Amino acid sequence: MAHLTLDPNLAAADDAYAALIDAHEGLTREESDAMNARLILILMNQIGDVQVIREALEAARR
Amino acid sequence: MTWQDRYPLAFRLYPYARSADQDAGTPAHHPVTIVGGGPVGVATALDLALRGVPVLVLDDHEGVGQGSRAICFAKRTLEIAHRLGFGAELLAKGVVWNRGRVFHDRDEVFGFDLLPEDGHCYPAFINLQQPWFERFLVEAVERARAQGAPIEIRGRNCVTSMEARDDGVTLEIETPDGAYRITTDWLIACDGAKSPTRVRMGLGFDGRVFEDNFLIADVKMTADFPPERWFWFEPWFKSGASALLHKQPDDIWRIDFQLGWDIDRKAELDPARIRKRIELMLGPDVDYELDWTSIYTFQCRRMERFRHGRVIFAGDAAHQVSPFGARGANSGVQDADNLGWKLAAVLRRDAPESLLDSYDAERIHAADENIRNSTRSTDFITPKTPQSRLFRDAVLHLATHAPFARPMVNSGRLSVPAVYDGSPLNTPDALPGGPARTRPGAPCPDAALADGGFLLDHLDGSGFTLLVLGATPPTLPQGLRALVLDAGASPNLRARYLGQAERALYLIRPDQHVAARWAACDAEKLARALDRALGGTP
Repeated sequence: MAHLTLDPNLAAADDAYAALIDAHEGLTREESDAMNARLILILMNQIGDVQVIREALEAARR
Repeated sequence: MTWQDRYPLAFRLYPYARSADQDAGTPAHHPVTIVGGGPVGVATALDLALRGVPVLVLDDHEGVGQGSRAICFAKRTLEIAHRLGFGAELLAKGVVWNRGRVFHDRDEVFGFDLLPEDGHCYPAFINLQQPWFERFLVEAVERARAQGAPIEIRGRNCVTSMEARDDGVTLEIETPDGAYRITTDWLIACDGAKSPTRVRMGLGFDGRVFEDNFLIADVKMTADFPPERWFWFEPWFKSGASALLHKQPDDIWRIDFQLGWDIDRKAELDPARIRKRIELMLGPDVDYELDWTSIYTFQCRRMERFRHGRVIFAGDAAHQVSPFGARGANSGVQDADNLGWKLAAVLRRDAPESLLDSYDAERIHAADENIRNSTRSTDFITPKTPQSRLFRDAVLHLATHAPFARPMVNSGRLSVPAVYDGSPLNTPDALPGGPARTRPGAPCPDAALADGGFLLDHLDGSGFTLLVLGATPPTLPQGLRALVLDAGASPNLRARYLGQAERALYLIRPDQHVAARWAACDAEKLARALDRALGGTP
């Protein structure tokens, strides 16, 4: 069974982070919130494993 | 006491008639008494009477109230109705449907087919106004009575007080001719969400109230929309925060609008105001009449236990869900299906009284499943928090272009029968390679047989059945019936009951749920499974 990793997993972490910030450029607070919600749903589907998602939710609430 | 109906009747089915009990010197005794002549009470009564158990139904009205109310009757309910003798009438009058479509604004975002396979006698759903369901049910009672089934429904018999003891209940009943008393060994309370019996016993009914109001407008019109369940989130026509359109018999269409929490109920029920909402949806030129209107709010809640000694609760009296998913009346009829054979077996002394505790276990499991599904649908339709709303809107937004989001669109997960996983009556699965859908605890799926008939017709409910598929049956205990079928000649049987297995034996309960299944079994194993399914010590 797959588990959540909290160890570095992105080869170019700075690029990924910058892409996230850039994507919010020019959006209002509301538009940003809505985009984040869609992004979370898209990433959940990409993960495709409810156990990993539960672990991620738990880690995020810590 | 002067008699004032709480609601007008659609059908007067059991007019008040003075009974000999009212003139008895000492209170007459009845083995089983049911309070409430609605779909659940009468279905329970009919199930018991067909098993030879004398049963008395008391209702404070003389028939069925007006208003279509429950309209979606699920496949499992139709199968139970078939067993009770009125399935064909329901099917003939009802509007058959299997498909639903969900829209956001103008876009179709999700579609579902509830019966994507063949080989079933009944469709996934029919739509039929509740008064018709009840009328066909009471007509089945009359037919059963004519054949000698010991069942009596007394209209305008209102229970006013009760005294429950360890071995039975005494009831005080008010009638147009005055009060009388009876005693009963068992009392089944099917007296609705506000259950006076539950209130009298001081029992709790806890859960969640949802802060939203829905307007029902049943309209009569000739329209050529297909018989599908259409649901809109944030509809382009702006008649409500959500809307639903669904066909019923006799050119009646169910329309629902979500109104929100802070409304002026009286103003919203003004026909002119309702017409305005309808005309936004249908256009100004559509010719229609308002047939029935109502505003409802809803709760999801249940009793902590359904059995309290000799008093047993069923249907809305025991559990209540939101209407999204058609899980109210359908689950109540399944309560009846579960309770009938068990109480009959206890009364015949074929089973210990503790068998009835499995009614509690199994139907609470089912109620929790219904409440979970209904709550999730309601949370999607009526998000409770800004965050919940944010994700709901994100799902709807994504669903137009991202297929993964479509199954998350939740306008109601429609009623399917519960699988009694973990029930104390189940024997652990002993059919390697057997399909998951027919594991112990599951309701038997129907299957077309080689001779043109259907499997469920052969599981008539009068007792347990041993379904034998290609295996050698052991010597059968007395009263157990074997049903030997050729799975090779029926692709449905093979797919639904064998899967990867070559042969199988299924022990099937009178309510058509699987109690045990094996690749091979001897007389001892079979006897143990049967004993266990009748509440014996495993």
